[in-house]
Amino acid sequence: MTEFLDALVAHAFLQKALIAGLLASIGCGLIGPFVVVKRIAFMAGGIAHAVLGGMGAALYFGFDPLAGALVAALVSAILMGMVHLVWQAQEDTLISALWAVGMAIGILFIAKTPGYQADLMSLLFGNILLVPDRALVWMIALDLVLALTIAACYRPFLALAFDAEFARLRGLPVTVFYLLLLCLVALTVVLLIQVVGLILVIALLTLPAATAGHYVRSLGTMILIATLLGAFFTTLGLALSFGPDLPAGPTMILLAAAAYILSASLSHGLKQRRARLQIRDG
Amino acid sequence: MIEPVIQIESVSFSYGETLVLDRVDLSVMPGEFLGLVGPNAGGKSTLLKLILGLLKPQSGHIQVLGQTPQQAAPLLGYVPQFPTFPRDFPIRVEEVVALGRLGKAASGLFGWIGRVDRAMARRALAEVEAEDLAERPIGRLSGGQVQRVLLARALVSDPKILILDEPTANIDQRAEGEIFDLLARLNQRLTILLVSHDIAFISRYVGRVACLNRTLLCHETQPLESELIQRLYGGRVRWIGHTHD
Repeated sequence: MTEFLDALVAHAFLQKALIAGLLASIGCGLIGPFVVVKRIAFMAGGIAHAVLGGMGAALYFGFDPLAGALVAALVSAILMGMVHLVWQAQEDTLISALWAVGMAIGILFIAKTPGYQADLMSLLFGNILLVPDRALVWMIALDLVLALTIAACYRPFLALAFDAEFARLRGLPVTVFYLLLLCLVALTVVLLIQVVGLILVIALLTLPAATAGHYVRSLGTMILIATLLGAFFTTLGLALSFGPDLPAGPTMILLAAAAYILSASLSHGLKQRRARLQIRDG
Repeated sequence: MIEPVIQIESVSFSYGETLVLDRVDLSVMPGEFLGLVGPNAGGKSTLLKLILGLLKPQSGHIQVLGQTPQQAAPLLGYVPQFPTFPRDFPIRVEEVVALGRLGKAASGLFGWIGRVDRAMARRALAEVEAEDLAERPIGRLSGGQVQRVLLARALVSDPKILILDEPTANIDQRAEGEIFDLLARLNQRLTILLVSHDIAFISRYVGRVACLNRTLLCHETQPLESELIQRLYGGRVRWIGHTHD
């Protein structure tokens, strides 16, 4: 660990990696809880994978792959949202299809783009040590958009996530807010891809929030704890992976998963204990 | 002349090829406590959804408080049959009730749950005698407690009409009696429309009963007679008489 701290002081690329991890955890903390309580993790996974289509196309045509990722994420979020709203009976089939079609498009474009094959691994699994300055600026902007939107619309999003039918009766345009929420998920996916790549995104989006969910009584607290947990996992993951030269993304994910499993069994145990006490006292 | 608060004229509705409601006429007068009864799949919930503006009738007209159902929806308080939210959602009772103020002119759609919203939520909880639940997470309530919270959520927007869909279907009889006593008290200032399949139980509380089985079979203030019950349920019900006190 001291080795990591020394290196952190010495190397700008490590400092940038640390900042990238912290910026990503803001997004995962703000949006992850909504993904977990609204149970749209599968859709978020679909959006994350379909992003490869946009990245591939951007590389082929010589645009910024981040811009391609952003467009592809938003388009696939809206498409999947429409599938959910209109073709609910076929929802899982159609979302898996969109998931795979996005990846297929991406692979075809990348195959025809000279010199980019080697980068496929870092697109899929991320490389936090190679996050360029440009991407950090993008990440700050995305975090701002997410934070401002959630701050302005916390109550309608809470109402939508908690009880959409009732929210509709109170006059909330639930379709608009549902699609808006999916667009925020899309932005978060693009944000997190910088750190862990598009395949591992879904774990960083859901695990810190689900772990927080074991202990909280309000969505606001869940957001706060998920953000802190996200920061903890990305930072510790980076530190642990540095010495033995492991890939950072997968290290972070395994940390988050281990914490989730521990926490799930702990909270299960607490629940059992409460039930036993209830019976004894009741 | 007193205008009805809900006026339903010759309304028909079908899901695909299944005709659920066939030329239904029904008027609800201000201050009434109307029980809507009928067998399962008789169209009761569908009629409620039409009144709430969640569905549109294929033919006929519905007016609620002199407006279209969509326009009037913010003036209605609705208590669903089942909680339509996941029980493990991280939210406290006070917030659940405060969300009932969403869309109120004073409170708007955006922003956060404010101090006024919380104060109003406490007041609504006090009205249903559940103020002590305010800080509890929604997942740790009993069935009867959840129904009280849902009732408070419907009341917090200060509705003109209270609409309840089998509010006591999932709770025990003692809690059921308590809820109905509460409704009888609320009826002093609110019009109440209540759906139930338990015809014997509700006729003790409601002022008038309407019986629905695809079409409106009766619509009267007299105590229900067994002949009518048989028409309604197809004669397979055992009829236990009771009197109004």
